[in-house]
Amino acid sequence: MDAEASPPKPQRAFGAETLRSVEALVVPVGSVLASALLFSVFLLVLGKDPVQFFQLLWKGGFGTSFSIQNTLQRSAPIILTGLAFAVPATIGLTMIGAEGPLVIGGFAAAAAAIPLVTIGAPTSVLLALMAAAAMAAGALLIMLVGWLRHARSVNETISSLLLTYIAIATMNFFVEGALRDPSSQNKPSTLPIGKDNMIGSIPGTDVHWGLAAGVILAVLIGLLLRRTTFGFAARVTGGNPHAALAQGLPVGGLILACTAISGAVAGLAGFFEVAAIHGQANASLVAGYGFTGILVSFLARHNPFVVVPIAIIFGAIDASGGLIQRRMDLPDATSALLQGLIFITLLASETLLGRFRMFQPVEAR
Amino acid sequence: MASGVETVLIAMLGGAIRVSTPYLFVALGETITEKSGRINLGLEGNLVLGAMVAYATSFHSGLPWLGVLAAFGSGLVLGLIHGAVCSLPKVNDIAVGIAMMTFGIGIAFFLGKPYIQPQAPRLEGLPLGNWATNPALKQALLINPLFFLGIAIAVVLWWAFANTRPGLILRTTGDSEASARALGVNPIKVRILATVLGGGLAGVGGAFLSLSYPGSWNEGLSSGQGLMAVALVIFARWHPLRCVVAALLFGAAGALGPALQSVGISQGYYFFNAAPYILTLFIMIASARSGATQHQAPGELSIVK
Repeated sequence: MDAEASPPKPQRAFGAETLRSVEALVVPVGSVLASALLFSVFLLVLGKDPVQFFQLLWKGGFGTSFSIQNTLQRSAPIILTGLAFAVPATIGLTMIGAEGPLVIGGFAAAAAAIPLVTIGAPTSVLLALMAAAAMAAGALLIMLVGWLRHARSVNETISSLLLTYIAIATMNFFVEGALRDPSSQNKPSTLPIGKDNMIGSIPGTDVHWGLAAGVILAVLIGLLLRRTTFGFAARVTGGNPHAALAQGLPVGGLILACTAISGAVAGLAGFFEVAAIHGQANASLVAGYGFTGILVSFLARHNPFVVVPIAIIFGAIDASGGLIQRRMDLPDATSALLQGLIFITLLASETLLGRFRMFQPVEAR
Repeated sequence: MASGVETVLIAMLGGAIRVSTPYLFVALGETITEKSGRINLGLEGNLVLGAMVAYATSFHSGLPWLGVLAAFGSGLVLGLIHGAVCSLPKVNDIAVGIAMMTFGIGIAFFLGKPYIQPQAPRLEGLPLGNWATNPALKQALLINPLFFLGIAIAVVLWWAFANTRPGLILRTTGDSEASARALGVNPIKVRILATVLGGGLAGVGGAFLSLSYPGSWNEGLSSGQGLMAVALVIFARWHPLRCVVAALLFGAAGALGPALQSVGISQGYYFFNAAPYILTLFIMIASARSGATQHQAPGELSIVK
C-alpha cells in the first residue's frame, strides 16, 4: 500500500487491512459451512443423520484428550508436507512431489540406521544421523527439480511428479532387494531400527516429536519468509522473476535454497514416519501426505503460520474417521470424501475474494 | 535360453497391451484438455471412479459395455466439476486437480465398498491368437476391444485436431486466448467442454481396470496411472498418435517385472518400473528449450510457460 509514501491518514473505524482480514476469514469459513451443508444433504440421501455425523466428527477430532492427541499425531506429517509445498510456492514454484522427498527421506533414514544399529550406536546419535540422512536425501531430490527449472527451464510441476515415482521405485528396488530384512515376509521392509531406538513422545502426551518439529519449523520458516531479506527476495522472485533478475537478485541461488528447505522438510516428515511410526522403511511410507500437504498449503495461501491450524483441522477429520466408521456404519473413505469436498469448495471460494462490496475500502467503492 | 527370451517377450507383448490401455485413455483425455490450454491433474479420480462405476453397473445389469458407458458418464461429471471450478477467476487449476483426485477417489471408495466382494461380468477379450500354437502367445493375443477403441479414438483425434472446425477451435483456444476471442469463440466454454470430454475418456480407462485387467474392483486397483497422464502427454508432445506409443512404452515397462518373474527373475526389475519416468524426464530436459517444443505445446498451457 501507499502507507510509506504518504503521511499517515487519520484512522478509520475499519481500515483496508482489517476489512481484508475479515474477508480472508469470512469467505473460507463460509465455504467450509457450504461444504458441510452439501455433505449433510449427501448423508440425508443415504439415510444417515448429519447431526450425529458432525457430533462424532467433533468428538473424534477434539472431544477427548485422546482424540486431540490422535489429531495432533496425524497432523504432524501434513504440517511438514504443507511447509514443503509453501516454501517453493513463495518463490513461484508449484511442486507436486512432497511425496517424493518424504519417501526417499524415510528410506534414507532407515538405510542409514542399518549399519548404526549393527554396531550398536547410541539412540541419540542414531536418530540424529537418521534425520540428517533423511533431510539430505529429500533436499537433494528437490534441489534437482529447482536446478532443472532454473538452468534448463524444465517445468517443476511435472519433473517433481516424475521424481516422486522415481523415488518410490528406488525405495522398492532396495527394500525388495539388497536392503530387505529377510524376516519381512509379506511386506518387504528394511531392517527395523528396534523398539528401543524409536523416537519417543512429547512428555505428558502420546504425540510424537514430529508435531513439535512441524510447529517449530513453521515458525522458523514463517519468520524466514516474512521477516528477512532472504524471504523478501524470494517473494519478489515469486511475484515477478524477470523483475527479480533485473534487480540483480541471485534468482538461481534463491531457487536452490528454497528447494533445499522444501526437500529437507519433507525428508524430515519421512524420518518421523520411520523413526516414530513404522520403525522401518516399506510401502507404508507412500501414504499420500504429499498430496494433502499441497492442498493445505494452498488453503493457507502458502503462509507457514497458517499451515499449522489448517493441517490440524484435516488431521482431525482423519482422526475421527474410525469413530464415525464404527458408530454410523459408514465406509472408511468418508473422511477422504469430506476432505475432497472441503478442498474443492475452499479452492472455488478463492474466486469470491474481492467480489463483495462490503469488504472493499471506502475509497475503492 | 532362447525360449526364456521368447517367454519374456511374449509375456511383455501381452502385458504391454493390457497395462497400456488405461494409460492410453488417460493420455488421450489429458491431450484434449491440454490442447485447450488447461491442465487436469485430477484424472486419477476419474480413473478410480470410472472403475468403480463400471464394475457396479456391470454387476447390477449384467452388461459390461453398459458399465463402460456409465464409467464414461461418471468421468464426464467429474470433468464438468473440474472444468467449471477452474473457469472461475483466481482459481488455481493444479490445486483443483489434486482436490478432484481426492474427491473422486473418496467417492469411489465410499460408494464402492459393497462391490469389493461380488463378481461382475467382465469384458471379454478378442481371441486374435487362435492361429498360434504357443499357448502363451495365444493368451497374449487375447486383446480387449477397449485397446482397439483407444487406438481408434487416437486416430480420430489426430484427424480431427488437424481437419475439423472443432479441432481448429480447440487448438486456437489452447494457443492463444486472444485469437480464440477474435474468432468469436468463448475460450471458457471450449475449455470446459475439453475438460469434460477428457474426463470422460479417463473414466473409460478406469472401466478397463475393473472389467478387464486386473478385472475386479478393489481399493488398490489403480497404481497412479491417472496421475501419470500429464507425463504421458509431455512424452507424446500433445500428439494423439504418439500417445499410443507413450502408453505402450509405459505399459511395456510396467509389464517387464511380471514378465521377468515368469522366468524366475524376481529381483531388480523395480529399476525398470522407473524407466519410463526417467525417460520422460530426459525428454523434458532435452526438449525444454528447443523450438520444437514451443511449437508443439499449447501456448496457453501454464506448465510449459
